[in-house]
Amino acid sequence: MTRYTATTADDLAEMLDAIGVDSIGELFERQVPPGVRLSRPLALAPGMPEQDVFAHLRDLAARNVSADDEVSFLGAGMYDHYVPALIDMLMERSEFLTPYTPYQPEISQGGLQVMFEYQTAICELTALPVSNASVYEGPSAAAAAAYMAKLHNGRSRLVVSAAMHPHTIQTLRTYAHGYGMEVVEVPMRGTHAGLDAGTTELEAWRAAIDSDTSAAFFAQPNFYGAVEDADALSAAAKAAGAADPVRADGDDRAPLVVCQVDPITLGVLRAPGECGVDVAVGEGQPLGNRLDFGGPSLGLFAAREVYLRRMPGRIAGETVDVDGKRGFVLTLQTREQHIRRERATSNICTSQALNALGAVVYLAWLGREGIVELGELLLARTHYARRQLTAIDGVHALHERPVVREFALRLDADVATVRARCARAGVNPGVDIQALTGREQDRGGLLVAITERRTRADIDRLRDVLAAAVAAEREAVPA
Amino acid sequence: MSTSMSPSSDTIFQKGGPGRRAFVCPELDVPAADAETLLPARFRRLEPARLPEVSEPEIVRHYVGISKRNFDLDSGFYPLGSCTMKHNPRLHERVAALPGHARLHPLQDPERAQGALQLMWNLQEALAEIAGLPHVSLQPSAGSHGELAGVMLTRAFHEDRGQRRHKVLTPDTAHGTNPATVTMAGLEVVKLATDAAGGIDVDDLRAKADADVACLMLTNPNTLGLFDQNIEQIAALVHGVGATLYYDGANLNAVIGISRPGDMGFDIVHFNLHKSFTQPHGGGGPGSGPIAVSERIAAFLPTPLVVRREVGAHGAENGASLSGARFDLDYGSAGGAGSRSIGRLRGFHGNYGCLVRAYAYIRSLGAEGLRDVSETAVLNANYLLARLAQLGVAEHLPLAYGELCMHEFVLSGGPMKRALQIQTLDLAKRLLDFGFHPPTVYFPLLVEEALMVEPTETETKETLDAFAEALAAILAEAAEQGPEVARGAPYTTPVRRLDEVAAAKRPVIRQALT
Repeated sequence: MTRYTATTADDLAEMLDAIGVDSIGELFERQVPPGVRLSRPLALAPGMPEQDVFAHLRDLAARNVSADDEVSFLGAGMYDHYVPALIDMLMERSEFLTPYTPYQPEISQGGLQVMFEYQTAICELTALPVSNASVYEGPSAAAAAAYMAKLHNGRSRLVVSAAMHPHTIQTLRTYAHGYGMEVVEVPMRGTHAGLDAGTTELEAWRAAIDSDTSAAFFAQPNFYGAVEDADALSAAAKAAGAADPVRADGDDRAPLVVCQVDPITLGVLRAPGECGVDVAVGEGQPLGNRLDFGGPSLGLFAAREVYLRRMPGRIAGETVDVDGKRGFVLTLQTREQHIRRERATSNICTSQALNALGAVVYLAWLGREGIVELGELLLARTHYARRQLTAIDGVHALHERPVVREFALRLDADVATVRARCARAGVNPGVDIQALTGREQDRGGLLVAITERRTRADIDRLRDVLAAAVAAEREAVPA
Repeated sequence: MSTSMSPSSDTIFQKGGPGRRAFVCPELDVPAADAETLLPARFRRLEPARLPEVSEPEIVRHYVGISKRNFDLDSGFYPLGSCTMKHNPRLHERVAALPGHARLHPLQDPERAQGALQLMWNLQEALAEIAGLPHVSLQPSAGSHGELAGVMLTRAFHEDRGQRRHKVLTPDTAHGTNPATVTMAGLEVVKLATDAAGGIDVDDLRAKADADVACLMLTNPNTLGLFDQNIEQIAALVHGVGATLYYDGANLNAVIGISRPGDMGFDIVHFNLHKSFTQPHGGGGPGSGPIAVSERIAAFLPTPLVVRREVGAHGAENGASLSGARFDLDYGSAGGAGSRSIGRLRGFHGNYGCLVRAYAYIRSLGAEGLRDVSETAVLNANYLLARLAQLGVAEHLPLAYGELCMHEFVLSGGPMKRALQIQTLDLAKRLLDFGFHPPTVYFPLLVEEALMVEPTETETKETLDAFAEALAAILAEAAEQGPEVARGAPYTTPVRRLDEVAAAKRPVIRQALT
């Protein structure tokens, strides 16, 4: 008996008697062939009382430097936003925390309604008419969009802006091999491109897209924090990839334009549905979810109506019960693996229901005006931070594009060493871009993320610490 | 007007009103800049997102209210077969919420995330020992994601040897994710028949195992709750044609410390950490689906992997590492695991928050406790089966295959349907009025009117007795009063049977807003 089981010796005797065996061992001896039975105990540490497990996990936690322990400007996909206390309370409620997928809608109206509300909120945020109840996380949401594109138009090529998050590009490549699709990367304009540096090269984008292109992907803002010209990218993709000739039934088989969004920017930034995008995907962590060293979080997935029946993942729909009362159910399940099996639109089995709860509660908490106010605050502080940091000797803007909450710098010094110097001063200045992308042209790049938790005082401190670190490094290692 | 005592189905978008809010924005503490400088108009949003306008108290009332329209594991018995709804210790929530875990950024430098990496490495080691396979990736986000990783690994393994094998064998009892995954990974499903004992039909396997077969995907114990008696022969046949053997770990909780997939001959295993190693399911996610693989598959694992390096002459600065070891993320640089990786399956390193919980569970129970988990799970399932026989339920709901079971069993509602004119669906809906979550229904597909029951090890004998009695009572009710009572059920739930056909025909998947 462990602390999570309840079989006393008396219970055991009665239970074995009812079954008609002499021991638990007999249950296994009669069912598991001797050749595959383990003849020794597992080589694992012995169990521990709860308080000892807590102490061990606390000790491990203490060996991590979290956003509690330093002034952190880390971003690149996950961000240290403030999570209001009511989200912790609601996510810890047994009624939301401990059910399974709502297979029995009569006793799962709470969870189904949360999904329905979440879908509504994501549709509003993206200005697209349909959303699923979430998928695993950001990059694999992009890969799920690629599969939907393949099912929709049967084309074989994915065109991907190189200015997307490297994890998204890598994930797309992994999945595309399975789908039997090819990935073509469109380069980013370099610093020579003046004001358009840091964005997807529009001519190359247009040239890469043709009638074999199934979907075209870009990020808004992109990995380097730059605001792309989304209208131009969408329009170019549709024009360059139009079917030739157009199908007799008039069905639109042009490439799907897929935009990876940062949801927190959508209070101020033009929404995907407002600039010709077909599918919006993205990492939902900024919406009321913790950092958790990278997960669990949620993947956003919204689209134009025409893709509804090919979408991956769970979808909640509204209906009525036998008494005419409003209720919610999992709907369009004939898309899904448990019904359609090898012909399913995806193998995805679960949404990230609990994380999606955090997201929709967060959006309700921010509210209609709050998401705009927060966006404006991020714009202002990010603008301020970029001006402060690029005024440092040896620190340059990697691009001059508009930014919302993150921007890229180029240092005239070794980024790893500069970061280590900053860390010793209690400041994490951001992400070493080249360490993440592995691309030579990203050498010297530093990606700085600003959230509402980073005050002007924090930004000023970053400026001072970074200036000192770059100066010290340039002194130690003259260029 | 609704009250919190009788929550309505009004959504949060139907509450509150213009001007209400919960959020107070931090003050603008930097110099104001004009809007066009910050973000030119052509990039600015045209129409505002119509998010709710509600106060904080309204939000709390609303969500606490609708939470009461959910059944949950903390409230009652949840014998959902194959889903392993076992108790979720609250300790796990507490440790996962420690700021050192919960507020750790995934791109923190490895030297400054040593606790997290050590935890992940320890968990990898434990999962490798439990699976009997040497290499582990913690990256997959859920069981289905682990399956996709596994099939892609198989494909990479064969491609590396210059072979384009395109068939994947899956039994007709397989979880739906198996065939769906095979298609997504660009391979073809070939179905295997089930024999009279409920295992793989070995003759069918022999006929279909050829040089085009990449892999056999198998759940063992399978979805009938039966351990395949011919597993050794099956493994030999599959390996004999050069294919790999994939273990769907959804039912691993039946055999922890008793039998290991690696010892059965499997090359690739996925774990459903949220099932076997107890995570709250959150109403359908998050999950976590690590994979363990054999030596010959290791080179293809997704990266990064967590590695342990002995500290050499340089040491770790500031005593940042424990016991002379340093933990790091590795991208297959050493030429071993991950060196010919299939690539990345998602962002960052996996669902770390879930890993923390699984690790806490393994450390809580240890080797002995984990074996006890499987023993008690199998005991409880067999006891419930015996109780159902004692109460005469088996007459209408016989066991579909076999005599004993592992951690779960599958009943057929066929005789009940013929004798009492109620279907499995009716029985399931009537169970709701008795306060129980029904078993998994209509799966596996080869059993008529299937009911798949998994009690788990954390339920008491009294609960199992009460559930058996409820089933007996529903059958007695149908026999005495006719089928209408069950057919009209449920009666006591927040809503009654819902029109799913209408929902799918004219989908309404968001709140209409004005």
